[in-house]
Amino acid sequence: MSPIIEFRDVSKVFESPSGPIRAVDGVDLSIEAGEIFGVIGYSGAGKSTLVRLINGLERVTSGQLLVDGDDVATLTERQLELKRREIGMIFQQFNLFSSRTVAGNVAFPLKVAGWPKADRDRRIAELLDFVGLLDRAHSYPDQLSGGQKQRVGIARALAASPKILLADESTSALDPQTTQDVLRLLRKVNTELGVTIVVITHELEVVRAIADRVAVLEDGHVAEHGSVFDIFTQPQAEVTRRFVSTVVHDRPRGANLERLRQTHEGRIVTATIADGSRLGAILASAGALGVTFEIVYGGIGTLQDQSFGSLTLALDGPDAAVETVVGRLREVTTIEEAS
Amino acid sequence: MIPAAVPALLPTANEFDWSFHGPKLVEALGETLYMVSATLLIGGILGLALGLALYTTRRGGLLANRAVFGVANLLVNIFRPIPFLILLMVIAPFTVALIGTRLGSTAMIVPLSFAATFGVSRIVEQNLVAIDPGVIEAARATGASRWRIVTTLVVPEALGPLILGFTFVFVAIVDMSALAGTLDGGGLGAFALDYGYKRWNYAVVWITVIVIILLVQVAQALGNRLSRKVLRR
Repeated sequence: MSPIIEFRDVSKVFESPSGPIRAVDGVDLSIEAGEIFGVIGYSGAGKSTLVRLINGLERVTSGQLLVDGDDVATLTERQLELKRREIGMIFQQFNLFSSRTVAGNVAFPLKVAGWPKADRDRRIAELLDFVGLLDRAHSYPDQLSGGQKQRVGIARALAASPKILLADESTSALDPQTTQDVLRLLRKVNTELGVTIVVITHELEVVRAIADRVAVLEDGHVAEHGSVFDIFTQPQAEVTRRFVSTVVHDRPRGANLERLRQTHEGRIVTATIADGSRLGAILASAGALGVTFEIVYGGIGTLQDQSFGSLTLALDGPDAAVETVVGRLREVTTIEEAS
Repeated sequence: MIPAAVPALLPTANEFDWSFHGPKLVEALGETLYMVSATLLIGGILGLALGLALYTTRRGGLLANRAVFGVANLLVNIFRPIPFLILLMVIAPFTVALIGTRLGSTAMIVPLSFAATFGVSRIVEQNLVAIDPGVIEAARATGASRWRIVTTLVVPEALGPLILGFTFVFVAIVDMSALAGTLDGGGLGAFALDYGYKRWNYAVVWITVIVIILLVQVAQALGNRLSRKVLRR
């Protein structure tokens, strides 16, 4: 794989009455062809600006931004217009053309790209079939639900067969069920059409559901980036930890922990579970040492096809024996004392 | 009071004589419709162009251009507040140069169109500014040129409110045309003035008022229906 999008020390500065604002500040990032890349950050972190630099809706102030071989920082407006035909974009508020039908919305980029009418009609049918809205071709946007609107947005973005799809908070205005449907559709766009997708979001759940790799943006710079699994299991930056703690509630804290201490005797520890963590044999041998255990908290799921989660145990028995059991557990996984 | 010898020519006061006033009313209505529709067409097109210029060249607009916006904005601000009666006099030399006379319905179309252009431009600007910038951004993201967006997307996206705006302008033009009529422009204003007001014949004035109310009602109903159809609501 090779990078299809490469940020090299890219900055974007907006002039404002109160002085310059560095919305994007010295970003270095490589996005590989064919991957789904997440960019997560709180509002104001600069992620919307970052994604708009890729298709030139915002111009780069300094640095190089290579998009499929061209440095978009140096392209003229006319060259950018041609470049944008290779880059689809979907939006939080869908931004459909209310004066045009579903088919008319999808036709727009095809007209821009100069497709003849017959080819356009064939392509529109193909795309609407792909997103499951063939029967709504002649509806107007205000006759559609939010999820349907975003499907039209996706069909419009894919019309001219772009290599890259930019998704700017594309599910933030949708309910959880519809969000899942749209994310599934984006997955399909990625796997069946091979389109590289850049997903901008403030929801870690979205990243978790579809992204391969993720960058965490804070104050215009990349605080941390890596595989989604690593970001979830070993968050380094403070901002990343905050994000992860919003979706991963796998450790008892505060009132939960107090309740566990009152209802369970002994020492409370949390074991991280990953592929290869084999706790069973160790726990089975605990009884022989005079240690009893109870599983009191936690959960195990799958993230990027790897086991991921934690179990909190209450271990009761003589201190030395409990210490021996904890020591054995430490040999196979990470153990944290409850605090 | 009117001398007794004249009644054959001039009906007595406070009476609408269908055989005498009827044909003149129809003629006046024809002149008004002529002035108003020509003005709506000319002022509508020029005002739409000027309104598009204001919308596209404003700060953050598709073709943001401080100089062009500044000049266009200044022109509108200068001419729009001038009372129509004064404007009509101010540009009379221009009217004469263009039409050859400053009298009659055709000549009146010049100052009417002039005034309508600046009024329409603000209404167009207001309605276009209300277009969701996200929609324009989505169009730009497809690689569409700014020119294509202005010519094929901007007006359709605001068409419903624009139709209501033009309906509003229609009524304003009827108003201005009546005023123009009193300065030798013909039409319903002149009719009401010459055969009604000046001769103390309020029946004529009232009939004229009823005709104008009907005209405005029909125009508003058409405008409402058309905009509803466009908005599909």
